[in-house]
Amino acid sequence: MKLISEPYILLTITIGIYWLTKYLQNKTNSVFLNPILITIIAVIAILKAAGISYDTYHEAGKYIEFFLKPSIVALGVPLYLQISKIKKQVIPIVISQLVGAIVGIISGVLIAKWLGASNEVIISIAPKSVTTPLAIDISTSIGGIPSLTASMVVMVGIFGSVAGFKILQLFKVKNPMSKSLSMGTASHGLGTAQAMAISQRFGAYSSMGLILNGLFTALFTPIILALLGLI
Amino acid sequence: MIRQLFLILVCLALGEMVVYFTGIKIPSSIIGMLLLTAGLHFKIIKLKWIQGIADFLLDNMVFFFIPPGIAIMCYLDLISKEWIPILASVIGSTVLVLISTSFTHQVLRKTRSKKPNTDKK
Repeated sequence: MKLISEPYILLTITIGIYWLTKYLQNKTNSVFLNPILITIIAVIAILKAAGISYDTYHEAGKYIEFFLKPSIVALGVPLYLQISKIKKQVIPIVISQLVGAIVGIISGVLIAKWLGASNEVIISIAPKSVTTPLAIDISTSIGGIPSLTASMVVMVGIFGSVAGFKILQLFKVKNPMSKSLSMGTASHGLGTAQAMAISQRFGAYSSMGLILNGLFTALFTPIILALLGLI
Repeated sequence: MIRQLFLILVCLALGEMVVYFTGIKIPSSIIGMLLLTAGLHFKIIKLKWIQGIADFLLDNMVFFFIPPGIAIMCYLDLISKEWIPILASVIGSTVLVLISTSFTHQVLRKTRSKKPNTDKK
C-alpha cells in the first residue's frame, strides 16, 4: 500500500485543502475560492494523479462522512427554535414547496430531454433536487440508474451551495426566509449547510425546504413522469 | 460531551429503527431530526444538553459533505457521455426551483401578512 493512501494522510490532505481555501476565501472574499468546490476538485485530482481509487479514499473519508447524519439530526435544534414562526407560515411554506417540487421535476426532465439525453438519463435526473438516500429510492422505483441519480444529486448540491444565494440576490429575492427555504428545496442538504453557514435561523427554514421537497418529490415524481409519457 | 453525543445518536438510532420496522421511504437522519425537534418541543430533551455538539455539527456541516462530493469521481465516465444535457438540466432546473420557490413564498407571505392589517381597519 502506498504511503499516500494511508487514511491519516488522506484526511490531512482533505482537511488541509478545505482549511486553506476557507482561510483564503475569508481573506480575499473571492467567489471562485469556494471551499467545497475547490476541495472536491483538488482531492479528486490528487487521487487520480496518485492512482488511488474512491474505495481506498473512502477508508479516510468515512471518518468525515460519519458526522453527516448526526449533523442532519442536529438541524432539529434550529427547527425547534423557529417552530413558532414556521407554524404561522404553514400555508406559504407548503404551497411554495409544492411549486418547487413540481418545477424541479418537470424542468429537470424537460431540459435533459430537449438536449437529447437518453431515456435512462432523463428518468434518473427527475429526483435530483432531494437528499441522496431519498433520491436513490425514488430513482430505483421509477426505473432510473441510482448511481447516476446520486451523482446528479451531488452536482445539484454543489451548484446550489456555490451559486444559490448569488442567484437569489440576482433575482432580487429580499426575504431571508424565502431565500433559505428555497436553498433547501433546490439543493437539499448542501443548500441547507450553506444556509446554516449564514445563521441557524436560515438553516431552520432551509431544513423545512429539504424535508418538504423530499416528501413532495417522492410523491409526485412517478405521477409526473407517467403524465409526460416517460415511464 | 459524551451525553451530548449520546442524545444525538439516540435520535439517529431511533430513526434507523423507524425505517427498519416500518419500511418508510424517508432517510433515518431526517426522522432523527424531527425526533430531536419533538424531544426539545415537548421538553423531554433540554436545549443545553445538546447545544454544544449541535453547534459543532451545524457550524461544520458543509465540510461533512466533502466525501460524498468526492464520490462523484466514480461516475465521471457515466456523466461525461451525456454531460451537456446533464449539466444544463442540473443548472437550469436548480435555478428555476430557487426562483419559483422563493417567489411563491415571498408573494404568499406578503399577501397573508397584509390580511390582518386590513381586517383591523
